[in-house]
Amino acid sequence: MCAVRAFLLVLLLAVPASGDGRVLLWGGDAEGGAPYCEADPNDPSKVVGFDVEVAAEIAKGLGRTPQFVQVAWASIDQSVQRGDFDIGMSGVEDTPARRASLAATIPYYEFTETITVRQADRDRFRSLQDLRGRRVGTLGGTVAYETLLEAQKTLGIVPVSYDDDVHPYEDIVSGRLDAVLLDNIIATRAMRRTAGLYTHYDRPVATGHYIAILARENTALRDRVNEILKARMRDGTLERIYRKWEIWDEHQTGFFAHALADSPAQPRNRATAQPKSAAVLRYLPSLLRAAGITILLSCLAMALAVTIGVVIATGRVYGGTLSRALLTAYVEIVRGTPVLLQLFVLYYGLSAVIKLPAFVAALIGLGLNYAAYESEIYRGAMEAVPRGQLEAARTLGLTEVQVFRYIRGPQAFRIALPPMTNDFVALLKDSSLVSVITVVELTKQTQIFAANIGSWVIPGILCAALYLILSLPLARLARRLEEQWRAPSE
Amino acid sequence: MEGAVRMSNVLRIDNLRLKRGAREILRGVTFSVARGELVALMGLSGGGKTTVLRTIAALETFEAGTIDVEDVVLHAGRSLPRATVRELRKKVGMVFQLHYLFDHLTALDNVTLAPLHVAHVPRDAADRRALELLESLGVAHRRAAYPRELSGGEAQRVAIARAMAMDPPLLLMDEPTASLDPARRFELGQTLRQLTAGGRTLILTTHDDDFARDFATRAIILSEGEVVEEGDPREILTNPQHPATRALLQMQHP
Repeated sequence: MCAVRAFLLVLLLAVPASGDGRVLLWGGDAEGGAPYCEADPNDPSKVVGFDVEVAAEIAKGLGRTPQFVQVAWASIDQSVQRGDFDIGMSGVEDTPARRASLAATIPYYEFTETITVRQADRDRFRSLQDLRGRRVGTLGGTVAYETLLEAQKTLGIVPVSYDDDVHPYEDIVSGRLDAVLLDNIIATRAMRRTAGLYTHYDRPVATGHYIAILARENTALRDRVNEILKARMRDGTLERIYRKWEIWDEHQTGFFAHALADSPAQPRNRATAQPKSAAVLRYLPSLLRAAGITILLSCLAMALAVTIGVVIATGRVYGGTLSRALLTAYVEIVRGTPVLLQLFVLYYGLSAVIKLPAFVAALIGLGLNYAAYESEIYRGAMEAVPRGQLEAARTLGLTEVQVFRYIRGPQAFRIALPPMTNDFVALLKDSSLVSVITVVELTKQTQIFAANIGSWVIPGILCAALYLILSLPLARLARRLEEQWRAPSE
Repeated sequence: MEGAVRMSNVLRIDNLRLKRGAREILRGVTFSVARGELVALMGLSGGGKTTVLRTIAALETFEAGTIDVEDVVLHAGRSLPRATVRELRKKVGMVFQLHYLFDHLTALDNVTLAPLHVAHVPRDAADRRALELLESLGVAHRRAAYPRELSGGEAQRVAIARAMAMDPPLLLMDEPTASLDPARRFELGQTLRQLTAGGRTLILTTHDDDFARDFATRAIILSEGEVVEEGDPREILTNPQHPATRALLQMQHP
């Protein structure tokens, strides 16, 4: 639903602003939802939220008309730098990496990183120390995720990365997680939606700030925005907006005073920005580990897909009317719906019935999905073996099972091998989809890496190199097998 | 005399009727074949020759009649009982017009497949016997070749060896002369004669009346799903009685 709304917004709002200087293009993610930015329930062609109102104030101060551009939250940095919009703001966190790679405004809101647990665990889990060895979820690519990664080293916490901020809280209730570490605003929203949660507002793990970001060279506009933000702090406009959206708290008073004293607030939970080469070294082990997960998941999912694919194809070629109809329905349904949807249903949709661990759900989801494609390849390959050869084998006295084992199977396998190799390489890359159900594989790890150092260049090259290292030997192996079986001549 | 012939019958087909959809392909075919015969099933295309062979090989079901191969009896019906078919396969071998050698196996492996997996002959014995067969057919030197590397004549002889490897008393061949030049055709005739001399019975379909006259012991003419004429090929193909036989000869010698 959220996605549908966001899609409509893209259609309605993301029309380029034809270079009109009187429009201020600002980018945010309407999927992020209230109170930040969401489609207006009364008029889905408009967005509402405190970020929307702050953006409107900035536009007003600049004498321009605000125009919203929908952008995926994880891509705001890259999008503003490439000029998709002038300003990005949608709960964008203040980090040293952002300050280093973009023109960042002064912070306009102070939040706390808070721990949310099951109501029953409120006395048991009160701090990160209490959560030693436990699974703690958060949004990937955030300061909170970084905090959890550090806690993994020091406290042995198991960080679980999500692509959205709704499912982590539901997973606390379902028992997949023991806690969630996220911004207090997000926690409050989750508490309203999901029953049985408790948030330790009074024990913040860290303090952070939201900022607006502009392209690196756009410092002149950034400075004007800073002045506008300060003026709106002074005249109480921001306070009015925050009160309206029920996010005003005692933190803001001190924070405003600090900001107006003209010493830009620094996030207190992180060291200063590291040089990029150091960041590469720091992230390389986790990229390699993520590549390991990618190849392991792909191999296991392919093995599953091949096994089930053979069963489906055999059933469709040899089975009775009923089993043929059921298997055909399976293939058509699986091929006709997005694998992303299938992963969601498997992991979240079924969690009331069976709580699959994320890796297992990813494996089953990809395996079952690819099984449908594999089965079509095998069915086609089986039917491509000349009927005359099957009849010749029958007249020699071979049973149907023997005909399959010695004649049809081996020849069909040869026919199926090239498209199978192709599918395996596709699966290797499709495995990146499983990050939506919290499995951190190569692409997700690269995104996190890129978000943290504020550049896609080095992480992108490393990631591409790793995928190639994984897929090229496979293609070579397949080609060698094909040549071997093609036998002499030809 | 007639009793003696019947006793040594390898095959008896009685009133065989076969329909596909609304089309009647065989309309009551009846004939018998004695041991050691080389029978040529002849007739214009669409007359039902190949269908008769396929039905004897239990590759087709039929609507009425019986087929008896050395006391294994196939009955009309929607399906053939598996046990009966299993027994029948031991009695009947078939060589297809397009040979249908197994593309992924060498000539030798094509021949040894059934002995190894159906008769459970040990590998070395199966190889030895297959080589003998290929030798007798003059293609032993091609044992390691794959089907696509064989000429038409070589493929045919490997296909004969494959069918012979299970030592069936009755061998069916669909259009074995179709793609052979005269020299090859003569060689094939000699080979088939050797087989029947060894006590084997052969039924083949052909358009080639010269081949039938030279090598067959009997010709059976099929037209529109019925036997219209049968007898010594030298006689009925020289002095045809039925219009269908005359039409066949007309086609071959315009």
